[in-house]
Amino acid sequence: MAGQVLVGVAASPGLAAAPAVRWDGGHSSEAVAPAVTIDEASERVTADLRERAALASTAEGRAVLEALALFASDPDLLTHARTGVAAGTAPTEAVRAAAASYADQLRALGGYLGERADDVVDIGERLSAALEGRVVASLPSPGFPYVLVAGDLAPADTALLDPSVVLAIVIEQGGPTSHTAILARGLGIPAVVACRGARDAADGHNVAVDGHRGELHIDPDPETVTRLRDLQAQRVARAASAIGPGRTSDGVSVPLLVNVGTVRDAIAAADSDAEGIGLFRTEFLFLGRESEPTTEEQVETYSQVFSRFVGRRVVVRTLDAGSDKPLPFLRIPKEENPALGLRGLRTATVQPEVLERQLTALAAAAAATGTQPWVMAPMVSTVTEARWFAAQVRAAGLPTPGVMIEVPAAALRSAHVLAEVDFASLGTNDLGQYALAADRQLGMLGTLLDPWQPAVLALVDAACAGGRATSKPIGVCGEAASDPALAAVLVGLGVRSLSMAPVALPEVRALLRGVDLATCQRAAAAALAAPTAAEARSVAHAVLEP
Amino acid sequence: MSERRVTVASTVGLHARPAGLFTQAVAASGQTVTISRPDGEAVNAASILAVLSLGVEHGQEVVLRSEGDKADEVLDQLVELLSVDHDDASPKG
Repeated sequence: MAGQVLVGVAASPGLAAAPAVRWDGGHSSEAVAPAVTIDEASERVTADLRERAALASTAEGRAVLEALALFASDPDLLTHARTGVAAGTAPTEAVRAAAASYADQLRALGGYLGERADDVVDIGERLSAALEGRVVASLPSPGFPYVLVAGDLAPADTALLDPSVVLAIVIEQGGPTSHTAILARGLGIPAVVACRGARDAADGHNVAVDGHRGELHIDPDPETVTRLRDLQAQRVARAASAIGPGRTSDGVSVPLLVNVGTVRDAIAAADSDAEGIGLFRTEFLFLGRESEPTTEEQVETYSQVFSRFVGRRVVVRTLDAGSDKPLPFLRIPKEENPALGLRGLRTATVQPEVLERQLTALAAAAAATGTQPWVMAPMVSTVTEARWFAAQVRAAGLPTPGVMIEVPAAALRSAHVLAEVDFASLGTNDLGQYALAADRQLGMLGTLLDPWQPAVLALVDAACAGGRATSKPIGVCGEAASDPALAAVLVGLGVRSLSMAPVALPEVRALLRGVDLATCQRAAAAALAAPTAAEARSVAHAVLEP
Repeated sequence: MSERRVTVASTVGLHARPAGLFTQAVAASGQTVTISRPDGEAVNAASILAVLSLGVEHGQEVVLRSEGDKADEVLDQLVELLSVDHDDASPKG
């Protein structure tokens, strides 16, 4: 209906106004002869993807499609599927199950590899479609530039997207670091994700997409469009002047750091203008192995990261494993609720030597590179745990122990916890999960997991109060830091460093540069007083961008 | 059974384009080759999914194994491939 505004999650900045075209994905009405064997399905899908790769308009799109073509012809995937068929599974199910199995393995590795998991699931769908004689639908070509409104987009769908035809993307699922967000940013077109109801609302209407605020305007009137254009022009001007270290307009320093989970990510971040690493996840060294990595191997790997960040902050998180990320050498028994089980720092109660060796290796790498990494523990729930961890860290010769605050108990008792350590970093994703009793993996619980939930902001506020009481710095390394308006709210609550996916840095830097601390504090107070996540978001935006 | 140990030179690790080049070279050789971490389970080196799942990073060692009369020749070629830093221009390649 005209004048309606739907709010999702801002995924790529910019403004576009055009007719909306709804796309439901799935299969086109075209029917072809079904592939008789899994091998035939594989050949067809591979050939199709290679053809599309040749047509791709960007190097990144081409690379995505070529990788997908390799997955579609992967010998192990096909063997897995054939084994399923031999055991009695229908071929269409067997290819999906094989794809799911590999997708799970990649997801467990996280980071870049975890993102490839959805690609593999997409391949399973394409192979299945080939076996059914169906053709996976392509993006619409209505003959005019439009705003694409879909449920979700697979990498293969977006790789061929032409930004002169598709002026903006709005999807009902996804998150700020989903491949849709990354691709849209790469193409320079606005995108909004997690915008439920977008398809029904936008179908058949002209729309305006504000990628900065995550808003979809249905049939906006001319005044609204003018206002949106003015806002966008202001943002562009601000972004152009925003270089250098993170700070507010009145000079309050807020270092902008990156989250990394592999050496590759760290090397890429080293070359950027990130002020350091706010979260160095160390699981990649331990996952997928029969035995623990040797101290030498750990020292070598940590040194590769530290050596590239001499003079910049590096915050290392010690091994965060649980029964859902099984490590054969960490003998954690199967659990009904891995999120509530023996995970993170708790594994040290059964095998303290693993943590001890990790700390020894971190200290050796620090000494070898002349750096002083900060070291924090995941899943700290009590003062006793914080005290024990700090003692271990210092005993290993590392001077700066800290904790992740991701368990509500630690946030509520932050002053006592912080008395034991030198800093804390808020893991807002898990904090939200535990505070709202909502499993992070379940997309259908979307609203509960919205980082703007006032209850989560209240826990951040409690944590920051503890930081002030003990004069210890509080940072945020969850997804919340990558949303520019929410980042300003966090600063208003007392957070003084923000760590995020590298792609999110420029927008956060630009917004912070444009507001003073008092404005951040007003936005924070308004958000805290709001009854819902949606209202928290809109009142904060109103304060930050009047 | 012939065996080679090699340190992965590519800065992006055995991911993306380097993994694609590696698995395609294995497939082109017509030879059965496995790859593993020094203390880990061996997987099919012609399978990009299996290779990616190893999560091998820059500077880490892998073991390549193969059998038969062409084994040494093929393994040497693969070692050379892994010892070169392929510049990965595309972040998502």
